[in-house]
Amino acid sequence: MTTIRYTTNRLPFPTRAIRSLSTPGGAIYLLLLALLVILAFYNPGLSEPGQLSRFIGRSAPIAIVAIGQYFVIAAGEFDLSMGAVISAQVVLAGNLIGQDPAQILPVIVLMIVVGIAVGVVNGLLTTLLRVPSFITTLGTTLILSGFTFYLTGGAPSGNPADAFRAIGRGGIQNVPVIGFVPYSVLVLIALAGAAVWLMRRPFGRMLMGVGDNQSTIALLGAAPWWIRTRAFILSSIAATIAAILMVGYAGVSPVVGQGYEFIAITAVVLGGVALGGGRGAILSAVAGAYVLETLVAILNFAGVESTWRPAVQGAIIVLALGLPLLWTKRKAFKILLRRKASTAKTPNPTAPQSITEKP
Amino acid sequence: MSTISKDLKNSLLSSTGTVYLVLILVVIAGACITAANGRNFFAPGNISDLLTSTTVLGLVVIGQTLVILLGSLDLSVPFVLSLSSVLSAGVMAGQSTNFAAGIATALLAAAAVGLVNGVLVGLVKINGFIATLGTGLIISGYLFTNYRGTTGKASPELTAIGTATLGVIPVTTIGMAVCLVIVALFLSKTRTGLHLYAVGGDANVATMSGIRSAVPALVAHTISGLLAGVAGLVIVSRLGVGSPEVGTQGGYDLLSIAAVVVGGAILAGGKGSIWGSLGGILIFASIDSVMGIMQVNPYLKEVVRGLIIIVAVAVYARRNQIKIPARFAAIQKAAPTRPTNGATR
Amino acid sequence: MSKSFFGFPILTGIDLDIRPGEVHGLVGENGAGKSTLMKILAGVYTRDEGTVLLDGDDVEFSHPVQAQLAGISTVFQEFNLLPERSVAENIFLGREPRVMGFVSRREMNRATAALFETLGVDSISPSTRVRTLSVAQQQLVEIAKALSFDAKVISMDEPTAALADHEVELLCRIIANLKERGVSVLYVSHRLREIFRLCDRITVLKDGALVATRPTSELTEEELVRLMVGRPLSTFFPDKALGASVGSQPALSLEDAGNDSVDGISFDLHPGEILGVSGLQGAGRTEVLQGISGAVPFTRGQVRINGTPVNIKTPGQGIRARIAHVTEDRKATGLLLNQSVMDNALAGVRACSPRRSSAARPKATELFLELELSARGPDQEIKYLSGGNQQKVVLTKWLLMDPQIILLDEPTRGIDVGAKFALYVLMRRLAAAGHAILMVSSELPELIGMSDRILVMRDGRLVDELPGGSSEERILQAAAGVNTKAVAA
Repeated sequence: MTTIRYTTNRLPFPTRAIRSLSTPGGAIYLLLLALLVILAFYNPGLSEPGQLSRFIGRSAPIAIVAIGQYFVIAAGEFDLSMGAVISAQVVLAGNLIGQDPAQILPVIVLMIVVGIAVGVVNGLLTTLLRVPSFITTLGTTLILSGFTFYLTGGAPSGNPADAFRAIGRGGIQNVPVIGFVPYSVLVLIALAGAAVWLMRRPFGRMLMGVGDNQSTIALLGAAPWWIRTRAFILSSIAATIAAILMVGYAGVSPVVGQGYEFIAITAVVLGGVALGGGRGAILSAVAGAYVLETLVAILNFAGVESTWRPAVQGAIIVLALGLPLLWTKRKAFKILLRRKASTAKTPNPTAPQSITEKP
Repeated sequence: MSTISKDLKNSLLSSTGTVYLVLILVVIAGACITAANGRNFFAPGNISDLLTSTTVLGLVVIGQTLVILLGSLDLSVPFVLSLSSVLSAGVMAGQSTNFAAGIATALLAAAAVGLVNGVLVGLVKINGFIATLGTGLIISGYLFTNYRGTTGKASPELTAIGTATLGVIPVTTIGMAVCLVIVALFLSKTRTGLHLYAVGGDANVATMSGIRSAVPALVAHTISGLLAGVAGLVIVSRLGVGSPEVGTQGGYDLLSIAAVVVGGAILAGGKGSIWGSLGGILIFASIDSVMGIMQVNPYLKEVVRGLIIIVAVAVYARRNQIKIPARFAAIQKAAPTRPTNGATR
Repeated sequence: MSKSFFGFPILTGIDLDIRPGEVHGLVGENGAGKSTLMKILAGVYTRDEGTVLLDGDDVEFSHPVQAQLAGISTVFQEFNLLPERSVAENIFLGREPRVMGFVSRREMNRATAALFETLGVDSISPSTRVRTLSVAQQQLVEIAKALSFDAKVISMDEPTAALADHEVELLCRIIANLKERGVSVLYVSHRLREIFRLCDRITVLKDGALVATRPTSELTEEELVRLMVGRPLSTFFPDKALGASVGSQPALSLEDAGNDSVDGISFDLHPGEILGVSGLQGAGRTEVLQGISGAVPFTRGQVRINGTPVNIKTPGQGIRARIAHVTEDRKATGLLLNQSVMDNALAGVRACSPRRSSAARPKATELFLELELSARGPDQEIKYLSGGNQQKVVLTKWLLMDPQIILLDEPTRGIDVGAKFALYVLMRRLAAAGHAILMVSSELPELIGMSDRILVMRDGRLVDELPGGSSEERILQAAAGVNTKAVAA
């Protein structure tokens, strides 16, 4: 066994970066780059910085939702209520702000509080009542969307002030080189930065730990239930922020968030985050979200209707999970064949003695 | 205590017994609530409605029971249901000549999806939740793209079946009951059925006994798909048309899982019964019926459903996990003279 | 009928034969290879060399079912039963009897009842759910299952570990019954009293090799123990610090502590001391550690730390009381396999005092270098490290939490020789620095070489305290209950 002396010297960043490209979490960036190039073929305007910037901005809510889902999946759970949270928050904003810009800040605060509350409920039901997270969150989806539809009567309603809309729609004009930077991009960058920072903190490491091996973490005196509940809270807050941005261009309707949780899960899976928890990098999840969006845009240009989007997600999920399994099965199968071949040739030793005794 | 009376005691207190007990309580409560509002829970019209809504959910629940017994899940059910409805109505196009073709197309497609799920879960060994989520999403993409709103038209034969009744009981409900009995027999009288329990209960024990876990997975998922297809046909028989959203609107995925759990099954697999699931369906149908009579806003019904599902799973998940008794409980039992406080020996 | 075969990396050159209708005992310390031998016979493992002859036919099993069909059935310690299914369904799992294509429950039940009848048992109904049966009854179901395969040899792994006295009586009668029918039994156990009572011949394994096979009549318990141990003493261990200061005030003091698994545990542990805990598998050693650290708390008795009574009911409380607990199974409860080396080392600090985690990083590096950790760097995934190095990281994790009392459960299991020595050196250093160390170990040489005193546990109780340097025989005798008055059961 070769002894490698421990060293704190890390490989220089460029080497590390290149090495990581061979992992799923790293390869996603290559894929993203490739897809962006392909998209630029179909839509030459995209190579213009301003257009690219807008593209990133339009898809920012999806990336933000992916960030939220990442926390939950890293902890080993699922949050299927994100879509309902988005819809509920959008309706809330639309109806409470009205045309009065003074209401914007208080309503945003209220939305965050509601988001936290939903996260707490999801978390406690899953950890303390031991309901599997997909059932808890599907249940809260029903409850939330039931209320949302009830309050709106099923129809789009509410017309929030333009100032609020501007958060999602607007941006900084006349930026050198890039031209136009949507606010949503700024929000995304801020959130992604905060998320990366959070994952480096003890909380983030504990989160990964809980997804990796809950028993080990529990024996260290940490409370897995509280760690997982906070993951759900983060996820709901992410959905809330996405909702704030989406009011800007999606309009206020009770179905605006539908399906976002599945998009988020697909993005996270693409980013190489293990669905059982304990592995994966957060920025890869963001890259995964953009890979998905770029893919959909390409398909759009290629003539495939956007209604196929769920099918693309489903296919990605199945392939992303199935192919690695098939691959390892192939290896196991080969080992099995090899072993069978070798045992068949075991020669018979000389007749064994019946009693052997060692002095 | 003789083992016979112990068996009896066990089955009365068993999950299935409890489910029906709860059902009776729910019905009584429902009858009281509706009576307090001047309505009759047991009115023939209401019973008929109740049974009708039980039929579609029932078919789906039978399939979901099989899958959950295995320790897996089927989340593709709403989409298979919708698919079956649009395919059958589309092919039939109102013509009698297309009756058989319509049915065949729908059922074949449904069974095919089930088979794919079975392969993913049983052979590739993807987690059932994810695999069926994926296939469900794929089908939904197909549905959204090719169908907008209701489509097609049922053959007169199908509509006739859909509206026929035997007294108060719709013929389709009888059909569901027949499916239920067939599957119950499958579970208790075929090797594959028994093996399903084994694989779901403890895959290692099953493998040690030489059972190939892929077979029950394939069978369970294919039947689930097929029954979801039949459920789609029943919907077409009543609505007269197919619709790409009828499955998702009904929330059949979550409802079926909830009914199975309420019926006494454990999500980890290996424990549960068709009859218990039936009880679960009736409980939900009764609650729905009461809410309908009370003219509760349909959106608020959703809220109530969500709450009940969570509560049901929480309550049932808290029951004793399947576990062989801990080896060291014997030390305590074997030594009754052991001091229970800090007293000296 | 005979069965003989060779080896496997854990076992080497075993020649064993079992005669028809014989009850053949298999004894050895923890880790001697008894389990592995049984699993090879059961078809769970495959052997690397040698042959297994059953009635003269060379047999090779690649799947447990083959072994059962050939006539070798095994009753494992963890039963292979489906708790939610009936007795009959369990027995006939995979080969359910069919009548005209459909499974016949009646036939299954009838056949099951017949099996129990031949065993002389009438208290188990074929249709009861296994979950409702007692452990002893479940064991009977396993035996009935073996019979249903027309077993010629039934292996039993520690069959009486969880049985009450009267249930053991029943088992003995059943085994006598089996003997009459010509069925052989391979009885693997550490309960020497039962071995002597039931077995015709006894085979002793030690360190994976065959020591002897003798008729029971030619052995006494002491001789048996001598055969089971008896290694040349090695000078492999770091010297005990001469005149090591053993503080007068015990760091840890247990008085009559107990819970569901252990009872009446009383001992003192002093700073600067290494206290070894020995006992056979299932004696309750791990449970004592779990009680102290709060993982599975005590429900009775008194625990004092540095003289002050404490009430430790959760691992968090244990950590705050400056107790470290290195668990037996590092993969299951000690490591975060998908995380990096540094993340594993810092996990403890991050969990209990997150504010100190950045300060802990350089300390972790110091410890790594001191322990001569072999890893490519802080970011390497810990699952790629060898067992010894993984254990070093686990220790680092706990040491970073500044414990006073260190509980070690089989600390050198699965670790190569070099890493073992490094750990021994570390333990000595820690003791010399004033820590109090409690070490559970199944390796007698290690226990003897490292411990200042040795506690012996048996059946959930503390039965003896021996001075450091006691012989392996002495320890094993106490652990197995040889030459001691029977403890009040």
